[in-house]
Amino acid sequence: MNGVHDMGGMHGMGPVDAEPNEPVFHHDWEKRVLAIALATGFLKRWNIDMGRYTIEQMAPAEYLRATYYEKWLYRTERLLVERGLLTKDELASGRPNGRPPAVRALPPADVQTALRGRRAARMDDRLKAPTFKAGDRVRARNFHPSHHTRLPRYARGKVGVIDRDHGVFILPDEHATSGTKVPSHCYAVRFEGRELWGPDAGPRDAIYIDLFDEYLEPA
Amino acid sequence: MSGHDHEHDHEHDHDHDHEPGVHGAPLTDTQLRVRALESLLVDKGLVDPKALDALIDTYETKVGPRNGARVVAKAWVDPAYKQRLLADSTEAIAELGYIGRQGEDMVVLENTPKVHNMVVCTLCSCYPWPVLGLPPVWYKSAPYRARAVIDPRGVLREFGVSLGDDVEVRVWDSTAELRYLVLPERPAGTDGLSEDELAALVTRDAMIGVAKVPGPRG
Repeated sequence: MNGVHDMGGMHGMGPVDAEPNEPVFHHDWEKRVLAIALATGFLKRWNIDMGRYTIEQMAPAEYLRATYYEKWLYRTERLLVERGLLTKDELASGRPNGRPPAVRALPPADVQTALRGRRAARMDDRLKAPTFKAGDRVRARNFHPSHHTRLPRYARGKVGVIDRDHGVFILPDEHATSGTKVPSHCYAVRFEGRELWGPDAGPRDAIYIDLFDEYLEPA
Repeated sequence: MSGHDHEHDHEHDHDHDHEPGVHGAPLTDTQLRVRALESLLVDKGLVDPKALDALIDTYETKVGPRNGARVVAKAWVDPAYKQRLLADSTEAIAELGYIGRQGEDMVVLENTPKVHNMVVCTLCSCYPWPVLGLPPVWYKSAPYRARAVIDPRGVLREFGVSLGDDVEVRVWDSTAELRYLVLPERPAGTDGLSEDELAALVTRDAMIGVAKVPGPRG
């Protein structure tokens, strides 16, 4: 979706404001949000692309105002309700109502195993033959789906060169809505700065973007 | 920009003496909302509070940029390791025990005198957790996400890095599930240092690619 989350190349956001000796968390509630988000994620009622798509659906002004962990809180509350693990009334009142859903909470003893899982979005390379190979010239498709995609607006319609084939991964677009795991080759595609941004870009600047077969056509 | 200032207020005010909820100050709406959510989830059996504590402890005390620094230092002193690291980054990083969430598929990018790599996630805030821990606020902020791809040299200058015109800048936008770690250049004057001493020099920002590793005397 053409959302405000798709920030690459926007102007007017101000300078990058790096905080010296920044702590891991700035408030205790941020720790709880991180942990709640991870622990409820391990209930497997949604996937990472659904999580990202949920945040993208925040009202734009709210998205820009909210901090990272405020976005995570929004996402977690919304997905818990949408997946039927909590009701809106329970969330509003803070009081449980009705039978608990038949799910097993992540036990403390399983935390490290859960965090150290080594397989996420990568799929078996045999599931799909690559469409492109390193060195191929490609054009990022000019499409504007209203749902989740990981093709940033700033690359659409632009020509680049395949730098490398990362192998087969879950295509995020379909995964974010139906949960279907469509296998797709993911490539690092090199775009010259001037192809993306015009003559004012540095002549020796390049941007590499990880893009799927479905986002690309031969050029 | 109002959005930026607002984020600044939120994220940078960590003077805990003045934090709401500490020393009897009233709780903010967000604090109340988080407490209510946790208590509801515990009551419904959806989360175990001890599991939440273990998750927090992992990212507060165990997983952080010191992990990535060990990878970098080892690559600097052990050419065979560096070769493995660049050829199969995920497996070479796993040799040191750094595996899992948000680092399942790693790519290491080597900085040289002629090529400078830096990493961003313009669409959200993807970041290699097993080697760098949780991302800093600036990495997740609108200014960095917006500008890293269109004005990388301007962003680098704000971090104190001025690159010559002969240096190529490569910005890696983490739009998929690959996670990137920059292997910075080893600073001059470090020939006699041990792997541990080298690791102590390596900064988080250098492994994101917005800084160079300072020499032993800064």
